[in-house]
Amino acid sequence: MALFELCGINSRANFKTTEDDNLNGEMDSLNIIGNPTQLALPPLGCPNNKSLVDEHGREMKINYDHGTTTLGFKYQGGIILAVDSRATGGQYIGSGSVKKIIEINDFLLGTMAGGAADCTYWERVLSKQCRLYELRNKERISVAAASKLLVNMVYNYKGMGLSMGVMIAGWDKKGPGLYYVDNDGTRTPGQVFSVGSGSLYAYGVLDSGYRHDLEDEEAYELGRRAIYHATYRDASSGGIIRVYHIKSTGWVKISEQDCTELHYQYQEAEHGPK
Amino acid sequence: MFGQAILNDNLPGAKQHHWSPYTDNGGTIVAVAGDDFAIIASDTRLIQGYSILSREQTKLFKLSEQTVLGVSGCWCDVLTFTRTLEARMKMYLHEHLKPMSTPAVAQLVSTMLYHKRFFPYYVSNIVAGLDQDGKGTLYSYDPVGHCEKNRYRAGGAAGAMLQPLLDNQVGLKNMKGGVLPNITKEKALMVIKDSFISAAERDTSTGDGVIINIITKSGVEVMHFPLRKD
Repeated sequence: MALFELCGINSRANFKTTEDDNLNGEMDSLNIIGNPTQLALPPLGCPNNKSLVDEHGREMKINYDHGTTTLGFKYQGGIILAVDSRATGGQYIGSGSVKKIIEINDFLLGTMAGGAADCTYWERVLSKQCRLYELRNKERISVAAASKLLVNMVYNYKGMGLSMGVMIAGWDKKGPGLYYVDNDGTRTPGQVFSVGSGSLYAYGVLDSGYRHDLEDEEAYELGRRAIYHATYRDASSGGIIRVYHIKSTGWVKISEQDCTELHYQYQEAEHGPK
Repeated sequence: MFGQAILNDNLPGAKQHHWSPYTDNGGTIVAVAGDDFAIIASDTRLIQGYSILSREQTKLFKLSEQTVLGVSGCWCDVLTFTRTLEARMKMYLHEHLKPMSTPAVAQLVSTMLYHKRFFPYYVSNIVAGLDQDGKGTLYSYDPVGHCEKNRYRAGGAAGAMLQPLLDNQVGLKNMKGGVLPNITKEKALMVIKDSFISAAERDTSTGDGVIINIITKSGVEVMHFPLRKD
């Protein structure tokens, strides 16, 4: 890799990866553009960064984006996914417009809860692997297989501090598929899921209104309302409420609404105009 | 393997020494994207604790004629990160015979940050530039590479202090309804200058001066203006 040397990357700029048993310089420099499932490991083998202190002994916290409400359910018309859009780092609202539904391909969606970077990175890697599967096998990957690819990747990093609670939803040969996957290595199929700090509130609304034979519009409204109530009660959920519908023809985006607007809309519907 | 056995602190008699790889060198970045321009600015103060290490250290790194990166946080991480990124820009240029586009740089920054997920760069990044259609774009990051496309963003030490000001003046979050106009270059420059003056007033790690890069289709224009030096 003469190009690496030409461009001035020397050995100090290279970071060790999980498979760094050989000290071959050429292998080292490959790692910065190598396999996306192999991340650099910290020196001295302390992956948790438990106490970061600056030179005055004050604790330094690295605040990653966190906090969420997401939900997904199967019904007669397919699968509904609904999410909020708030990202918090500590008490600070880092963003109010995060896309928490990740479009893996035309038939697969993933949601994100937990570490925003963890979810986006691994679902992007998953999206690449699903495309490779399609090219190799001349057919789309099943939801079961896709979710298992994801869980196997994150299982390799179990106990090292990844934080993700995601739903993988899609439509394959067997019809609609909905899986919950998290950083512990859990992977389970199901009918109704809600994930994130506001999931308790969402479940309350979702369970009271859920039937398998919901009409499309009823299902959209149920998902939207469940997220709305979670944004109302959970401080780390809020922003824009996005609803997606997965059908046999692939996913469609149903709505993106600010939850403040929805609040007044619902208030008016219940108590009349003010 | 041998090295790991020695460093395993569960062994009897093993001592654990405290190791602090990070320092916070302060600094603030503000960026605004418009229809056919993007502006990114940083203050020029570099601090360590209560001492000022430099009064003229820019935190902006020009990656191409279309893209500028703003980084603040732990200065050693800033240097390592930008050095690696600049090398990757050169490699792309030699391989593809054209500079990397702003959206491509944006994705690369995210991947590079996530590569160090278990020993992160202590940095706050903003990438500003023009996309392939000549429109102003801007991407902001958390330390481990969560990336979001924005119209305006404040990052670094006074980021949390300045973002509400931008929400009000650029995002027009104080107004409701109708189609709100996109920001002009003159207004964006004014808001950026005002925001740094405000930050220097209340944040100890921001001050001395500001470097502004204005990215348009004719290239990157550099401006400088002073802040209070106390």
